[in-house]
Amino acid sequence: MRSSLIMAALVVLALAAPFAVYPVLLMTILCFALFAASFNLLLGYVGLLSFGHAMFFGGGAYITGYLVRDLKWPMELGLVGAVVVALIAGLFLGTIAIRRQGIYFAMITLAFSQMIYFIFLQAPFTGGENGLQGIPRTPLLGILPVETAFSFYYAVLVAVGLGLLLIYRIVYSPFGELLRAIRDNAVRVDSLGFDVNRHKILAFTLSAALAAFAGGLKALVFQFAPLADVSWTVSGEVILMTLLGGLGTFSGPLFGAAIIILLNDTLSSAGEWALVLQGVIFLIVLVFFRTGFVGLLSRTKIIKLV
Amino acid sequence: MMAQAAQQTQPDTPGREAEDYVLVADGISKQFGGFKAVDTVTLKVRRGSIHALIGPNGAGKTTCFNLLTKTLSLTSGSIVLNGRDISHLTSSQVARCGLVRSFQISAIFPKMTVLENMRVALQRKAGRSYRFWQPLSTIASLDAEAKHLLSRVQLADSHDTLAGTLSYGKKRALEIVTTLALNPEVMLLDEPTAGMGHEDIEPITELIRDSAKGRTVLMVEHNMSIVAGICDRITVLQHGKTLAEGSYEAISADERVISAYIGGNA
Ligand SMILES: Nc1ncnc2c1ncn2[C@@H]1O[C@H](COP(=O)(O)OP(=O)(O)O)[C@@H](O)[C@H]1O
Ligand SMILES: [Mg+2]
Repeated sequence: MRSSLIMAALVVLALAAPFAVYPVLLMTILCFALFAASFNLLLGYVGLLSFGHAMFFGGGAYITGYLVRDLKWPMELGLVGAVVVALIAGLFLGTIAIRRQGIYFAMITLAFSQMIYFIFLQAPFTGGENGLQGIPRTPLLGILPVETAFSFYYAVLVAVGLGLLLIYRIVYSPFGELLRAIRDNAVRVDSLGFDVNRHKILAFTLSAALAAFAGGLKALVFQFAPLADVSWTVSGEVILMTLLGGLGTFSGPLFGAAIIILLNDTLSSAGEWALVLQGVIFLIVLVFFRTGFVGLLSRTKIIKLV
Repeated sequence: MMAQAAQQTQPDTPGREAEDYVLVADGISKQFGGFKAVDTVTLKVRRGSIHALIGPNGAGKTTCFNLLTKTLSLTSGSIVLNGRDISHLTSSQVARCGLVRSFQISAIFPKMTVLENMRVALQRKAGRSYRFWQPLSTIASLDAEAKHLLSRVQLADSHDTLAGTLSYGKKRALEIVTTLALNPEVMLLDEPTAGMGHEDIEPITELIRDSAKGRTVLMVEHNMSIVAGICDRITVLQHGKTLAEGSYEAISADERVISAYIGGNA
């Protein structure tokens, strides 16, 4: 009852937001929220720390950009293309990375992401260090023009909403229940006769596809796929967002993404100090509230969302 | 099953092994560095029996279980389950062949509820564990069976308790009942009653005896009154080797066993 009220309030807020706030900023938050939520699917619900998730996010941006700008695909198909490539790449890279655990898994994903960074730096269609620029926004479903940030906001809102719904479905599915069991005690799951690695690979693949979807959306928002989006700093930033917001909670990564993006935005004039302040806030939340910002909220009894 | 049991009038008739023994470990060994924790042990477990594996601490009982379930790889030897060589399978494949274990350290899912713990196990047979697109309500049909099993170990009113917060004895009971949820042909229990209070031991013993109907149980057990009460056959390990094997009467009269086990937990 209470949570459906909160949901309704959130929807109204999301619909009204672009009247008060710069829509591009809102869309940035939405894209990173979906990215962080897809990352949380791995770290929060399976306990797998990928240190190279920007390869899917930034890669999705490049592929969408390439398909829409160079191959003249409609943007919806550009996003589908990015998701399909990420499904294949995620399955392939996940199958290799999953053979190792803990820090080694993190290092393998980092190594892959560095390779992919280099590939995108060198590839003929990516524009090297300048990034892939001038991605057109084709009319929505071939008819609705979405050139203005204001109108495109609603398309992004729906797309991110659908992405988050899918993540919610995954988390609270028979598969999601098994993922939580793996996070709790993988040895026991194995001894019950489940193939733990195959479940992990499926989770990795789904997470990669959702991250690529988020990245592709961001490329359409800025009409630009920057090299920075495949770099390790973005891989680090999504870890920060997830931990700051609340690991393994559904709403945590969404809050985390919003906080980091808003901080970056308001503190961008402060230059280097922005990073220092970000670090301080991060430390305070993690030291005092192990479940991140969401933990803080429920501690203060403002809301209890998980 | 019953027909086979009837044929077993002369249990030690040679040449009938494939029929009489559900699990045969032939000269299995495990070497850790220069140390042989299990040294060419041969173990034959009769179909439908409750077989105890006993021995002093460090004798290699848990390591033996780890080998039988392929939790550890064999240094040498072979394992045959139902006439099928399982020596080269993975641990999860062995479990799918019907050989399922419990652990000496309670292996549960601490951050999940008791009911969820059961449902995870029941999902194995339901085969829906890859369905990420379906809501949890699609496996609600497993709840009835889960609750029934939980009621057998006095966990009926703890469905929504986080498993990690259960008492030690209840955690062990939960683990055994999740093992049982898979309806395994052969169930391996590693010290199922260790550390349990009196009030928990009795129902667990009953549960093991009860659930052994129609299946085979191989268990490590220190409590000799349980061994005497429910086990058909006993293998004694010492220093990684088989010291003796036989019925409780034969074993408890065996001098080698008595000297290895002075003052045991009997
Ligand atoms: N992973 C391991 N590495 C090295 N030594 C081990 C390992 N596991 C068990 N051991 C040793 O093997 C011996 C048998 O252990 P274990 O099988 O646990 O005995 P039990 O269950 O009969 O008490 C012990 O001496 C133990 O220290
Ligand atoms: Mg042991």
